[in-house]
Parts: sequence; structure tokens; C-alpha cells
Amino acid sequence: MSRIGVFICHCGENIASTVDCESVAKSASEIPGVSFSIDYKYMCSDPGQSKIKNAIIEHKLNGVVVAACSPRMHEPTFRKACAEAGLNPYLCEMANIREHCSWVHPKGEETTFKAFEILRMLVEKVKRNTKLLPIKVPVTKTAIVLGGGVAGIQAALDIANAGHKVLMIEKDPSIGGHMAMLSETFPTLDCSQCILTPRMVEVAQHPNITLYNYAELESLDGFIGNFKARIRLKAKSVDPKICTACGVCWSKCPVKKIPDEFNTGLSKRTAIYVPFPQAVPNKPVIDRTQCTYFVKNGKCGVCKKLCPASAIDFETKDEIIEVNAGAVVVATGFEIKHTDFFPEYGYGRYKDVIDGLQFERLASASGPTLGEIKRPSDGKVPETIVFIACAGSRDKAKGIEYCSKICCMYTAKHAMLYKHKFHEGKAYVFYIDIRANGKNYDEFVRRTIEEDDVNYIRGRVSRIYESNGKLIVKGVDTLLNAQPVEIEADMVVLATAIVANADSESVAQKLHIGYDKHHFLSEAHPKLRPVETNTGGIFLAGACQAPKDIPESVSQGSAAASKVTILFSNDELTREPQVAFVNRTFPPQYSSCTGCLLCIPVCPYKAIEKEEIKNRNGEVVKTVAYVNGGLCQGCGTCVAFCRNKSIDIQGFTNEQMFTEVMALNF
Amino acid sequence: MEDFEPKLAAFVCNWCTYAGADLTGTSRMKYPSNVRILRFPCTGRIDFMLVMKAFDSGVDGLIVSGCHPNDCHYTSGNFHAQRRWVVFKEVLDIMGFDTRRIFFTWVSAAEGAKWAKVVTDAVEELKKLGPYSEFKKILLKKLQFPLDNKTADREIKTEPVIS
Amino acid sequence: MNIGFYPGCSLTGTSKEYNESLVAVATSCGITLQEIGEWNCCGASSAHALNHELALLLPSRILALAEQQGFTELLIPCAACYSRIATAQHQLLQDAKLLAEVSEILKIKFTATIKLFNPLKFLSEKILPLIEDKIKNKLNLKVSCYYGCLLVRPPQIMKTERFEDPVVMENILAKCGAYPIDWNFKTECCGASLSIARGDISSKLSMRILRDAADKKAEVVAVACPMCHSNLDMRRPDINSLLTAKIDIPVLFITQLIGMALGIPAEKLGLHRHFVKNDKMVSNVYSQNKVECPA
Repeated sequence: MSRIGVFICHCGENIASTVDCESVAKSASEIPGVSFSIDYKYMCSDPGQSKIKNAIIEHKLNGVVVAACSPRMHEPTFRKACAEAGLNPYLCEMANIREHCSWVHPKGEETTFKAFEILRMLVEKVKRNTKLLPIKVPVTKTAIVLGGGVAGIQAALDIANAGHKVLMIEKDPSIGGHMAMLSETFPTLDCSQCILTPRMVEVAQHPNITLYNYAELESLDGFIGNFKARIRLKAKSVDPKICTACGVCWSKCPVKKIPDEFNTGLSKRTAIYVPFPQAVPNKPVIDRTQCTYFVKNGKCGVCKKLCPASAIDFETKDEIIEVNAGAVVVATGFEIKHTDFFPEYGYGRYKDVIDGLQFERLASASGPTLGEIKRPSDGKVPETIVFIACAGSRDKAKGIEYCSKICCMYTAKHAMLYKHKFHEGKAYVFYIDIRANGKNYDEFVRRTIEEDDVNYIRGRVSRIYESNGKLIVKGVDTLLNAQPVEIEADMVVLATAIVANADSESVAQKLHIGYDKHHFLSEAHPKLRPVETNTGGIFLAGACQAPKDIPESVSQGSAAASKVTILFSNDELTREPQVAFVNRTFPPQYSSCTGCLLCIPVCPYKAIEKEEIKNRNGEVVKTVAYVNGGLCQGCGTCVAFCRNKSIDIQGFTNEQMFTEVMALNF
Repeated sequence: MEDFEPKLAAFVCNWCTYAGADLTGTSRMKYPSNVRILRFPCTGRIDFMLVMKAFDSGVDGLIVSGCHPNDCHYTSGNFHAQRRWVVFKEVLDIMGFDTRRIFFTWVSAAEGAKWAKVVTDAVEELKKLGPYSEFKKILLKKLQFPLDNKTADREIKTEPVIS
Repeated sequence: MNIGFYPGCSLTGTSKEYNESLVAVATSCGITLQEIGEWNCCGASSAHALNHELALLLPSRILALAEQQGFTELLIPCAACYSRIATAQHQLLQDAKLLAEVSEILKIKFTATIKLFNPLKFLSEKILPLIEDKIKNKLNLKVSCYYGCLLVRPPQIMKTERFEDPVVMENILAKCGAYPIDWNFKTECCGASLSIARGDISSKLSMRILRDAADKKAEVVAVACPMCHSNLDMRRPDINSLLTAKIDIPVLFITQLIGMALGIPAEKLGLHRHFVKNDKMVSNVYSQNKVECPA
């Protein structure tokens, strides 16, 4: 027996000026099942809410419809009021007679009638509403941080310092990411390694952080607060516990001609190697794709013979471990386009056309030239360098429409560093616009131009070719009456576009999070939820989401960490109970679900799984679908897909929706 | 036909079109009062039996509207709705249903003006089409279709399986 | 094998030798080039700079005629003609309504689906497979292959891979025993569109092309476009007036070079029609110069 209370709000004049609220309240009282109906000036005000609460208690209401503004505005308000009066909040619905009626139609009978009809539909719906209880899920207070660049390091340290366990997964032998490769940082010209390496060490030594270097995420299942991850620990072939990092192995390794990734191919490394002297952890691994022992079936083995600590074991295999975590911070970073992306700039065949990261290594005191700017081709100091900003970025023809954000700044820094190291040198910068929008950024660029005499040319470069040992850079100066310019350079540095990691798509799929058309990972909202993803419990930090500079990556790392600690401040999570469920009857054989499982592939959250119902002998008697309420976000796609109406969704059940439609009753 | 006021229902998703219609209100734009809006969590939730039920309840036309492709709050519900609509439309066409009366569209939370236009256009179109009194007839006739049509060409011919 | 042939104006005038050599090479490979009847101007430069409708209708008529006359393939040796006709085809295939309108105006029903061949595509797809065992004179020349602009651009319409650094001509001429060189100006502008109004600019641009070829020790420049040819060949005195060291590298159509390799007599290839002297080089090739070219 329904005892519905109907409350019509005037919203001051907002509703009452076009809708005759009094007559709506009167008509509503005649709807079967409605036992109480009033109108009031401000329902959301304190006295208004008290009227609802009193009516619930006085008239023993088992359903409430508030005809007022949009439920997107005040549904939580009125549901809370109902709960305070002892009525299950999900027995309260709102009829939107303001945004959808009084504000969009003129004063008149029709508008009043429409308001009544909207109300009537909701009254019919609320008769079928059921009590719902919030879903509670436990929280595992361990966070996975994916990627050990500066964003990941910041997130890991912040979470660990808040007292929670962190598992950091880094695919390379050492953490540090791109920042460890940089020479100096703009706009302060701090030495990048000097500020980063202490934090890397802190990560390694932190009691709350477990570092899995040379490891990759295999899969991630579960849901917010309750993730299960499988991590592949790649075979290092060196036992880091025994190894003392004495260096005998890599100094004696006969395979010495492998392009060094850390030095962007400008130097060579051995097959057993530590990526760079300040690596964390500072223990070598064997690159099995290059090591003679693995390539030529057991020949060589020099390192094993010479290792004084007997730390080398060729027999170790990849190991897969399973861990539980409550949250994931994705900080997988970025890649840059290499010079071979630019046929017009020489197809990567001119050795002295290099990318920005290579220049960083040349300028770095720990780099292959010990900080001297030398041409890769002949080791001479270049007397003229041309820097090209926007190499690929903001170029629709290249498929990269976006701005890579950091190039303007690092190009200015490169030009400045070059001029500081070689005063007589000439530096030219081709640019489209200078985007120096950060604290002290524009001042830095002005300094490059005004104090260090770097020649800025606004225009693009059409072609680079070699002639008589010089690189001829053909471009245009759009400010100087659009004259073509040609510069004979000794070296050209392309500020190549920042792009998403090649495996970013597969990482996104493993994590069930979105990515954009350029394969950068998608945040939940570009303005208001910039570090969250659309999947609860998974957060983003750093350049995996979009090109970012160091301060931004660090801020986002900290922001993600704070989101994780907020999550971990609860022992249990409460979720809206508007989730799908499968009709189950007793005995289960008679459940209407036929186990066609069409619902599984359509679920965007992988919330539906196969459930086998067994009898006491352990034999499967029926296969049905099962909705994991912790994962379900309540979209209801499965409900519409179900062939025999065996799945339904709380709050928008078939019964409710059909009743609502029937109440259209034109 | 001048006095005919079509009855129009709208099935909209909570996140985009419902919010879009809210915006139409907050921007105080005007549109005909013929429409009744029903809130769904997502267009992916819209079972097309509900669409049929709406016509059974006497509407002359129906708007189905959700988030723009790629903007779905639930990542892909609107794609499912769209694909389902493509198939369902075929079926309706075969049944002789007047599919011009279903307006499938996308209205985002920022498109208050578009919502007003969608409703206005739909009402105008329905005024041209007139009341949909045919619907009940179609429903009755087509539902009987398999029963009174047992002609030879519709019988399933079974042939011996040669293995 | 019969293939439709659209010569356009250049091949009947300034580039007669291109026409002669192309026909000679095709004939020696057993391919008959059949000129489409009643062809008209493709509208290059003059029409598409002034009137978009005309710029579409003129080449459309060529497409329509070829289809009406039963051709499924059409060879357009002139780079500018090819560019116009391919662009028209691209437009018509994108837009069914436009195609219907054009059909209506031309009073010819057509689908615009005829397969078009520019000279490079024709040579690499149709000729190259047939000449392998027919090479009589190895060219033994360092050749710089010059593409210019229209053969490879715009890439969306021409569907060229590596449009910044094409290698089709290089592949063909290497088969003929030439030594293609790596140089920098293969797709730079020769200034053709300015050759009448601002000859001085054309000369300067053409000079830079030839200068780089000379710097890289080319012995001959191969082209496949009548405009490129006339700029690099006919304009040579102007070009040389800009230089201290004169350049006397002959500029030949790629079809002439192939013809020489196939042993087709020089007169049939129109080798005498050039402004820059080539007789010494030509006679060297024909006298079966067997000395390997120094690397």
C-alpha cells in the first residue's frame, strides 16, 4: 500500500510565476496512492525540509516526490532529509518542474498541466522504488605506482610518507626516467641529476616503498580499493642481493657496441650494464637480447667467471608475482619523436641533425662528451647551431596537432647553455610562437634573446640538406617581410614532438582506462578531475596524460598521492547502490538468466563475470551472469542487452521505467 | 490539423542531455511544452521495448538523446544505443512503423540551445505528420503476422543432411 | 596491350621529344598508346587560377571521354596535366552529387573510376618489368633524378610514399645501368609558374637545382615533366649568367634515357631537340662504353 507524499516547491517566483503550484498540489492529492500533498515557497530551505520530515513521520509515508528543481541540483539534499526522518533515501525522487517546465514555458494552463504530468510520472515511479543500502567495500591500503620518473617518484614518496605501503614498478633497470637524462633544468639552470638523485635514493631506502625495477605490469583486475595486479619481474641474471656493483663485469664484457639508451645512442654500452653511474638501484642487469651467452647459446660467460661475488646466474627466469593494492598511480611518462620522423630534415641520415634529448646528453656533465657540445659526426665544436622548435608539434600534416609544451623552454635553455659554453658560437632558433607561460619562464626566454644574443627567427624550416660539409637550413623569416632565409649550420637540434609511449594503448587497456586519439591517457574531467581516471582508484601523474614540464609533473604526482591518501583514509568505501544485479531465485536452477553472457562483452567496466552454480556434489547445474557491485558504475547497458530481462538496475529497474512510461498516459 | 498538439516524450541520459535540458532552463530559452522528459542513467540503458511502450502509451513521437560519441560518461553506452537503434530501425521499417517519429540525436550538457531546437523541430515535424493513430493497428496486424501467413514459401524446408 | 594516352599541349609542342621517346619506349615493349579522341586542354595554371568550375570541368571532360571511348587505363605523361586530372578525379570520387552535376553539364555519363598513370607510375609498373632483359647499352652515367613539385604533390591526391624523398626514378634508371646520385634538390621548385612573369626568379631557382647537381658530380639530369625540362634546358644561358663556373650538364627526359638503354636510335628519341648539347654523352652511351663508372 503506497503512502506517497508530494511536495511542490514554488522556488520563490521561479516556479510559481508560470505554474499554478496550488492547483498542482490539489490535483496530485487525487492520484491514487498519494496520501499527502502540499506546496511551499522554498522546499529546500530549513522549514521546507522540516515539512517533509514531519510529514514522513506523521503520515508514515513510504515514498516522497519533491516537485522542484533539477535532481542534479537538490536530489542529495532531499534524500538526506528523508534519511533523517527515517525514510530510506532511495524512496525519494524529484520531479523537475523548474528547468524542464517553468523556466522554458510561458505562464498558462498547459505549463501547469505539464508540471502535474511530470509529477505524476515520478509518483508512479516512486511507488515501485525499493529500499537500497549503500554498498560497502574494504580498502587495501597499498598503492601501486607505475613508472619511476619524477612524477612517479613524487607520488610514491608522498604516499609512503603518509604511512601507506607503495609498490613501485619501473620497466628499466633504474628509476629516474627522462629527468635523470637532462643536463640543467629551466628556468633556474639547476643541475637535473643533483636535484633528482637524492629523491631516487630516498625511494630505494624508504621502509614503505618496495621497488620493482626491471619489471612490468602484466595485468590488473579488481576495483577501487581491491585491485589485484600481476607483475612480471624480468630476469636480471644478476642477484642484486649478492652483487656489490664492483664493476668488473661491465668493464670486461666483450659486447661493447650497443647504442646506449641513456645517452640516446651517442655512446656505447656493454651487454651487462648499469644504465648510468647514479642509477638506483645501482646493480647491473644483463641485456639478454645482446649478450653473447644468450645470443650464441652459452658461449662467453666472461662476467660469470670474473664476478668476485658470484652474483651472476644465467639461469634465472622471468618471475610473475601477484600483489594486492587499493589504488594505482599511472606515471608511465612519454617518448619523443626521433629525427627519422623528418624526411625533409634529412631522414635521420645526417649525424649532426639531433633531437633535444640528445642535446641534453651532450650538454650534461655526465654525458658522453662530459658536457662539451661536440658534433656527433666528427667531434668538432659546432660554430653555428640551428634550433628548430615545433619539429612535428602543431603540425597537422604530421598528425600531431597539439603543442608539446616544453620545447619553447628547453630550446631557449639549449641555446643559452651552448652560448655559455662557447661564447663565439652563433645560435639561431626557428619558432612559431614562444610559449613561455610559467613562473619566471618568459624572463628566461628574454634573457636568452637579449643577454645571450641568441637569434630568434619567427618562421618554419622547409628543408635541411648537406652541402660542402655544412648543413644548409632553409626557412623563412615571417617577420622580416617574409623573406626566405638560409643558414649554414654545423649542427641542427630539432625540438621533436612529445608523443605517448608506444605501448600506452596496451597499458590503458590493461588498466581499463581511457586514452585520447594521440594515445595519451585520459583524465576523468579536463578541468575538475585532472588526476583521476574514469575508473575509480586509478590516478594519473606526469606526461602520460599530456606533455608536461617537471614542476607540473611533480604537482600532479603529489595531487595523485593526495587522492590516494584520501582514499586510504577510509577503512571501507561507500558506493551509490544504483548498480545492476542479476535476478536470482531459489532454487537457482529456476533463475531466469540463461547464461548467454551477452552482457559480459558490453560492460565497459568488466563488472560482469560468469558464475557457475554447483550442486552439493560439485557438479555445475547452471551458468549465470554475476554483477560485481563494487565494479558496476550503473550505466545499465547490460539491462537493455539482456534477452530475457534477467539483469536489472537498482533505481532504474524495468518495472520503474515501464511504469514511468505508462504514466505518460496521453 | 492546425490545432493538433503532438504528444512527445524524450528518453535522455542523465549526464549529457538531461543536463543539457537543465541548461536550456537555466538559460531561460523557450520551447514547446509538448515534451515529457524521462531520465535514464545512460542511453545504453534504453531498452527499445520501452520505446514501443511509449508509443503504446499514446505518444506521437519520441526523442532519444544522449552524450555525443566519445563523450559517454560510461565510455561506450551511447555507441551501444546507436548500434541498437540502427538494427531496431530496420525492424521497425519492416513492420511498417513510421520511423520518422523517432528522433535519435546527441545533445551535450553544454548544448542548451540545441536541446530547445531539437524539441522545437520535433514538434514541428510531428505537426506535419499528424497524430499516430496507425500505431495500434500496426501493432495488432504485425503481431498476428506469423500466425495468418503460413504460406508455402514461409515454411522451413528441411533437406536431408549429406555428410 | 592498349592504354589510353592523353598528350596535352606540351607534348605536341615544346616537349615533342618527350612524346617521341615515350612512344618509342612503349612500342619497343609492345605497349600501344592510343590517343583519346577529341581531347581538350587540361586547364593547367590558367583555368585553376581563375575559375574553379572550369578547372574542374576541363579535366573532367578528359576523364569522361576516355571512359566513353572504352579505356580503363589512362596515361598522362605531363606532370601538370596529371595533377589537374588526378585532382578532378579525386574531387569527383569524393562527392557523388558533384559527379552527377558534372555528368549533366558534359552530357556524358561517367564514373570517373578510370585508372590514371603518371609517367613514373607507368614506367615503374608497366615498363620496368618488361625491360630487364632488353637493356642493350648500360648507361654508365651519374644521374641526378629531378622530380620537381607536381609529380609527387600534393601527397593526399598523388598517393606518393616518401614524397619528401621519392626514389622511383632512381630505381628505374639503376635498372638501365645508370648511377643515381644522392642529392638535395630533387623535389625543390624550378619556378615554372613564374617562368613567364618573373623569368629572373625562375632562373635563380633553376640555377640552384643545377648547381647542386653539378656539386654532386652529376653527368645528366633526368626529368619527367615538360616544365621542369624547359626551365633547366632552355633557360640554361640565363642560368649560366648567374654562375661563375658554367654548367653544361644535359637535361634529358627519363624516357629518353630508357630509350638509349634499350638501344632505340637517337633520332627516334628526339635527342637532337635539346638546347644543351648532349651529343658527346649520347655517342658515348651508344658506342657501348663498357668502362665501369668510377664510384
